[in-house]
Amino acid sequence: MTAAAASPSPLARAARLLRDNPVIALLALLLLLVGVLEILRPGIVNERWIGNTIRFAIPLAMLAACQTLTMLTGGIDLSAGSVATVAAFVAATQAPLIGPEAAMLVALGPALLVGLANGVGVGLCRVHPLIMTLATGLIAVGALQVYQRGVIATGSAVPPLLGWLGTGRSWGVPHALVLFVPFAALLLWAERRTGFGRLLYAVGANERAARLAGVRVWGVHLALYALSGLIAGLAGLLYLGVIRAPSLSLAEPLLLPSVAAAVIGGTSIFGGRGGYAGTIVGALILTVLGTLLTMLQMPEGGRRILFGLIILVVTAAYLRLTDRG
Amino acid sequence: MTARPVAARPSVAIVAARHGWTLGLAVLLALLLALTKIIQPAFGATGLEALVRAALPFAFATAAMTVVVIAGGIDLSVASMMAVAGVTGAVLMQNAGDGAGALLAVGAVLLVGAAMGATNGLLIVGTRLPDIVVTLAMLFVWEGVALLILRAPGGAATPWLRELVVGPLVIPGLPPAATALVPQALLVLAVILAAIWLPLRRSRLGLGIYAVGSDETAAFRSGVSIGATKVAAYTLAGVLAALGGLSVTLATGIGEPIPGPYLLASVAAVVLGGVALGGGRGGLLGPLLAVFILRVVRLDLTLLAVDPNVTTIIEGTIMAAVVMAGGLLAMRERRS
Repeated sequence: MTAAAASPSPLARAARLLRDNPVIALLALLLLLVGVLEILRPGIVNERWIGNTIRFAIPLAMLAACQTLTMLTGGIDLSAGSVATVAAFVAATQAPLIGPEAAMLVALGPALLVGLANGVGVGLCRVHPLIMTLATGLIAVGALQVYQRGVIATGSAVPPLLGWLGTGRSWGVPHALVLFVPFAALLLWAERRTGFGRLLYAVGANERAARLAGVRVWGVHLALYALSGLIAGLAGLLYLGVIRAPSLSLAEPLLLPSVAAAVIGGTSIFGGRGGYAGTIVGALILTVLGTLLTMLQMPEGGRRILFGLIILVVTAAYLRLTDRG
Repeated sequence: MTARPVAARPSVAIVAARHGWTLGLAVLLALLLALTKIIQPAFGATGLEALVRAALPFAFATAAMTVVVIAGGIDLSVASMMAVAGVTGAVLMQNAGDGAGALLAVGAVLLVGAAMGATNGLLIVGTRLPDIVVTLAMLFVWEGVALLILRAPGGAATPWLRELVVGPLVIPGLPPAATALVPQALLVLAVILAAIWLPLRRSRLGLGIYAVGSDETAAFRSGVSIGATKVAAYTLAGVLAALGGLSVTLATGIGEPIPGPYLLASVAAVVLGGVALGGGRGGLLGPLLAVFILRVVRLDLTLLAVDPNVTTIIEGTIMAAVVMAGGLLAMRERRS
C-alpha cells in the first residue's frame, strides 16, 4: 500500500479520499450495505425499516461516543457497557419507589462514580485505560448483583419518558432523535470548537508536548472519563426505553460494537485523530450489518469473530494510511 | 534485565535484595494461610486441596500473562484462548474414550493453544499494531471461536485425567500422612511450570524474551530477532493458556464457551507479583505466589460468610488497587 502511494493509482486516490474524508467513504459503504440488503430481500428497505434501524443505532452511537472521546486521548472505556446496564437497571428499579424523574437522576449517580474512578485510575495513577475500565466495569457488575438482591421485591417499571423516547415515533420519525440530535450536535461542536475538545486531541496526539505546553493532563483525563461515564449512563437509560425490559446484562452486548463503531468511523485507537461524525455513520453501518448477518443466519460466534476482525483490519488499514501522512 | 550471578555463592544480602519482593509475598501468603486456620480451625488438607484446585486455571493464566508481559507485551486474549482450549478439550475428550485417546486430545489442545498464541504473535509483528490493540481484537475473535465450537456448555472430561488434579499426593511406599498436605494439583502445576520455565530461563530464547522486553533497540543491536522472540513468547502464552483452559474443563467436567474472569485476575497477579508492566523484569514465582494470595483472600472472605457477590466486589477492588499502586510505583521509578 505504501508503494502505491508514489503513483496516483486509483487505490491510492481512494485511500486519500478515505483519509481526508472518512465520512464520505463511510456513507458510501453504508449505502452499499443497504443496497446488498435490498437485493437479498427486495422490499425490506422502507420507511418503517429505516426508522427501526435508526432507533437501534442511536443507543449504540451514544455508547460509541464514550469510545470516541476516550480514544481521542489514546484511551478506551471498556466499562461503558456495564455502566449503561447499571444506570438502566437502577432507573427501572427505583422508578416505582421514588418516581420516574428522580429515578433517572439517581441512576446517573453510579455512572458518574464509575467514570470518576476511571479518571482517577487513568489520570492520577497512570494505569492503562483498558485495564482500569475493565476493572471498574467488573466491580460495577458485582455491585449491581448485590443491589439487585436488595430490590428484588420492589419490581421494576420503565419510566414513561424513556419509553416514549425509545419506542415512540411521530410521522415515521423515531422520538429518540429528540435526544440524539442535540446530543450529537453538542458533541460535534464541543470536539472542534471548545477548549476541552481541543485538549483531547492535543493530549492524544502528543501527551508530552501537551504537558510541556502547560496542560494538566490528569485533569483532562479525570473530566473525560467522568463525562464518558455520564454518557454511558444516558445511553443505558435510552436503551432501557428501546428494550423495555431491564436485566443484569442489558447493554453488555453493545460494548464490542461500540468499540467497532468508533474504530470504523475513523477514530484512531492511538489518539489524536478522528471524530464523532464518523462514529455515527459507523454505528449505522454496524446496525445494518447486524440486520444482514441475522438475515444470513450467522451464529453469535461468527458475529464476534467478524467484529473482532473488523477492529483489527480497520485499525491496521488506518495505520498504513496515516504512516505516509 | 537480570544478569545471572557471577559469584558462585551469592551472599544472603544479595539474595534478599534481589528476591525481597518474592520473599515478602511468600511471608504474606503464609500469614494469610495462618489467618485462614484461625478463622476456620478445621482448615487442613482438604481445604488446601480445594484451594489449589480452584487456583489452577488462575495460575496457568497468570503464567501465560507473565511470559508476554516480560517480553514487553500484554495478552488480553488469555481468557478467551482458555475458553477455546477448554471447549476443544471437552469435545475431543468426549469422543476420545478412556484410554490413550485422551492423551491425544490433550496434545491436540496444546497444539491449538500454540496455534492461537502464534497467530496473536504473528499478527502483532506483521501489522505493527500495539499488542494491546491486536489482542483486544483477538479477545473477541477467540471468544467467537469458542462459541462456534460449543454454543452451550457441554462435552466431557476423561475421568482418569480429572483424578490427576484431585486429592492429595500419594507416593507408593510412603505413609499417606507424610504427603497429605501436598495436593496433587499443586504437584501437577509445579512439574508442568518447572518443565517449561526452568529450561526457558536458561535458554537463548528466554534471555531474548527478557532482552526484548527490557529494551527492544538494544536487543536488536545485540542480535536478538525481535519478531521471532515475540512470536515465541506469544506461542508459549498460548500453550500455557491452553493448559489453563484444560484445567477448567478437568475441574468442572464440561467445556464452558464463555470466558471466565481470568484476564483481570492474571494482570493483577502479574503486577502484584513484581513483574513490571513495561517488560523485562520479574520472574514466574512472584506472580504465582500472588495468584495464591488472591485466592486465599477470596477463601477467607467466603469463610467469614461474606456474600459471594460482595466478595467479587472486594476482589475487584483489590485488583484495581493493585494495578493503580503498580502504576504509581512505575511513575515514581520513571521520575527518579
